[in-house]
Amino acid sequence: MSSSSKWEAVIGLEVHVQVRTRTKMFCGCVNQYGDPQNTHLCPVCLGLPGSLPVPNEEAIRKTILTGLMLGCQIAPVARFDRKNYFYPDMPKNYQISQYDDPLCAGGGVTLDPFLFPKEIQESDEAKAGRKIRLVRIHLEEDVAKSFHFEDRSGIDFNRAGTPLMEIVSEADLRSPGEAFSFLGSLRQILLAGNVSDADMEKGQMRCDVNVSVRPVGQKEYGTKVELKNLNSISGVRRALTYEIARQIAACEKGEAIAHETRRWDDEAGATFTMRTKEKAHDYRYFPEPDLLPVRTDQGLADSARKLVPELPSELQTRLARDFGVTPYQASVLTSDRILCGYYEKAAAGTPNKALVANWILNDFLSTQPDPSTTPVRPEFFGELADLVAGGAINSAQAKKVFTELMASPTSPREIVKKLGLEQISDSSALSAYCDEAIAANPRSVEDYKAGKMNAINALKGFVMKKSQGKANPAQVDEILRSKLSA
Amino acid sequence: MSLAHESIASLRRRLASKEIHSRDIVRDLLQQIDAREKTIHAYTHLDREAALAAADKANSSLPLGGIPIAIKDNLNVLGDPCTCASKILEGYKAPYDATAIARLRQAGAVLLGRTNMDEFAMGSSTENSALGITRNPWDSSRIPGGSSGGSAAAVGGRIALAALGSDTGGSIRQPAALCGCVGLKPTYGRISRYGLVAFASSLDQIGPLTRTVEDSAILLSALAGHDPHDNTTDLRKPETFLTEKSGSVKGLRVGIPKEYFIPGMDAETEAAVRQSADWFKKNGATLVDVSLPHTPSAIAVYYILATAEASANLARFDGVRYGRRAADPRDVLDLYHRTRSEGFGPEVKRRIILGTFVLSAGYTDAYYRKAQKVRGMIRQDFEKAFASCDLLLTPTSPEPAFKLGERTQDPLKMYLADVFTISVNLAGNPAISLPCGFTKSNLPIGLQLIGPRFGEEKILQAAHAYEQGHDWHQRLPPA
Repeated sequence: MSSSSKWEAVIGLEVHVQVRTRTKMFCGCVNQYGDPQNTHLCPVCLGLPGSLPVPNEEAIRKTILTGLMLGCQIAPVARFDRKNYFYPDMPKNYQISQYDDPLCAGGGVTLDPFLFPKEIQESDEAKAGRKIRLVRIHLEEDVAKSFHFEDRSGIDFNRAGTPLMEIVSEADLRSPGEAFSFLGSLRQILLAGNVSDADMEKGQMRCDVNVSVRPVGQKEYGTKVELKNLNSISGVRRALTYEIARQIAACEKGEAIAHETRRWDDEAGATFTMRTKEKAHDYRYFPEPDLLPVRTDQGLADSARKLVPELPSELQTRLARDFGVTPYQASVLTSDRILCGYYEKAAAGTPNKALVANWILNDFLSTQPDPSTTPVRPEFFGELADLVAGGAINSAQAKKVFTELMASPTSPREIVKKLGLEQISDSSALSAYCDEAIAANPRSVEDYKAGKMNAINALKGFVMKKSQGKANPAQVDEILRSKLSA
Repeated sequence: MSLAHESIASLRRRLASKEIHSRDIVRDLLQQIDAREKTIHAYTHLDREAALAAADKANSSLPLGGIPIAIKDNLNVLGDPCTCASKILEGYKAPYDATAIARLRQAGAVLLGRTNMDEFAMGSSTENSALGITRNPWDSSRIPGGSSGGSAAAVGGRIALAALGSDTGGSIRQPAALCGCVGLKPTYGRISRYGLVAFASSLDQIGPLTRTVEDSAILLSALAGHDPHDNTTDLRKPETFLTEKSGSVKGLRVGIPKEYFIPGMDAETEAAVRQSADWFKKNGATLVDVSLPHTPSAIAVYYILATAEASANLARFDGVRYGRRAADPRDVLDLYHRTRSEGFGPEVKRRIILGTFVLSAGYTDAYYRKAQKVRGMIRQDFEKAFASCDLLLTPTSPEPAFKLGERTQDPLKMYLADVFTISVNLAGNPAISLPCGFTKSNLPIGLQLIGPRFGEEKILQAAHAYEQGHDWHQRLPPA
């Protein structure tokens, strides 16, 4: 038994998600990134004396929507609280957040097997499809962004006061792979609901990880370590893999794990102590007196319910059931809703839906298309699939048609005509070719009759050559065999 | 007679008939200021030229067209300093108008000077100002009350027609009582707090200090109403107050809460307030004995909740973005520590520390949460009382103005100055203080009428009727 299999990791995630809204959480400033620094500001998001917050209904609705998509209970009355701590990127030196009465509680994220890292998608843990429970989802305001120069710092307040959702999981995750799938599965749901772009590399989704290890079978948790500076989903996996190994090694040496926050250094591939947690922060939460309690039960929750989209898991089930695609294909289509819409249009007019999926997910996708702007109309793939399935062209011809389709998008039927690719399926014509082949290749005929079954390939090749590749190979095979056995 | 002695109501009529011009009023006020401000020191900032220029442009057809109003120095007025009488806001210039200021402007008012106050509205004597003390216009050896002491002294001293103040635990009513003017604390949510530098957000209300009850109604009408910038403002439609004056208190049920006549209170004050109650009775009102049993807890509850909120509200003054900044900080923590140590006065520090303590882990249940529960009981006391009466009649302050320096070393004794006003903020009700007599040594005494929530019209009608039957408001302070 390897040493690591005696240990089990316990992981919980706190995921911050920027909510995509027109304006900031508590003021009318535009919620937008990438603009020149300090251009979206007002007395409210600068925390000027006398300014007051006014809640953004769109942000509240999208948080409720997220809760509904994740199966949370929606609080009929939610409240905002002040979280007190001093930091230069927080203009009021308190953050308006939610403490006792968050908008959403409970719920969970089901781990999509295909959103595990590629090389372990076939593993038992991936196939288990576990559901990771959530503690809560609450809404708060984001802080500004600090920039540090040689001898001073600057602050860009464009991000200050933008809506930020915090999704807290139970400590249900047991491996870096599960954490990876959790974030991917969560992201897919957020994208489906149009709640956020949730791109970790752009900081739209940020993740703090709590991780501890314990001997398999032990009930009590080990000492937990918080990991910070995780800037991608794969970074979370790498950091956890490192940190779990570090903790196990320490435990095996009989060392105590320090209760601390560690920083992941992606380049070094290691975590480093940031601060120890001996001095626990006292945030002195108390109800935000500037804001009334949020009633969600007077229309707000209902309006969010109307926005609930087809969820990724529902879409996958429907694609497998109604389109006959493989689970893997369903997962790829689910993770790209625009491509999926393209596929659904392509497959709409044809019974050969699985074949269309092959074309789109293999050949079309490899050309790195933009399905929302491509001049290749989705119906063309339906037509292509029909031509192949009906035997009008063979697969080699179909590849040619596809290449031409990409080069100058027009109906595949037209392309077939233009390239003179129509397959010959007329049995009298094929019979004549076959007779010619038999006559011209007595040696192969002899070999075949002597039991060298492969010898038929030379005859097939002759027919294909003669017919300029247009002969229907399956039919040719059939005719040759019947003539040779006669 | 100088126009500085007239009421807004009378000046409005004279302005509308073009008999006088706004500039005449401002000029007369500036004359009075020249004569008296040296003694009183009600103003922290006064731009004479700007006031005269604004008067020249005034549109007298508007509800407050050409009427000069003084503003407490904790309201943001675009381009003006807004010091909150604190060193920490040195150099800060407001980049926006408070909603109350915007409404005064819309109504045509001329903004006249900024008035002194206790630092961040924390105090009952205006002695906590970093910009110097203000003296009571009736006796310059005495305090004007606080925290809106500058506003009250200016109106009482006839160097402002009217002023805006803010009231968190009595900060409009107590100085109004001590300076012989009318002070109104509206229902919580009646006037937008947007642009009022917050002390305790769940208690703060802006309100007018005026010479007469009618003037109070005129200003309230201009200021009240929902504001999309303040989530806690009430959604009801705008009202105009005291459009018809009944002048009568017949049939009015006036509640006398027994907890507001306490042993140790000033005998002359008690006598004057009881006489006022008798006046109501004589004029056809019924006096009803009521009880607000949780009153004795009010000061404790207030100093827990108000300081808790203040500890967060004042956290933003850190030297990072505006106001005073400590010189050559070593790092950001040093910047915070020194800016705040140097910038805040002792009373503000005391309250920040107290508020931080009552919210700290392990203490919130015993202090903050318990105080919230008792606040609910205090609110219920008022609701129950208003089941049997239309308004409550009490003294505003347990005593007239005390001597400068008398209480500065004893914060607890200072806190007692608000014993009759604090519960009203905790409950969110409206209350008005108006003159109801003078002591033998010629110090004003204030009468407080408390109404049910959003019952401003009721207390204004009663106060106006009382005022019509008396001439306290016409008395002039010694020259």
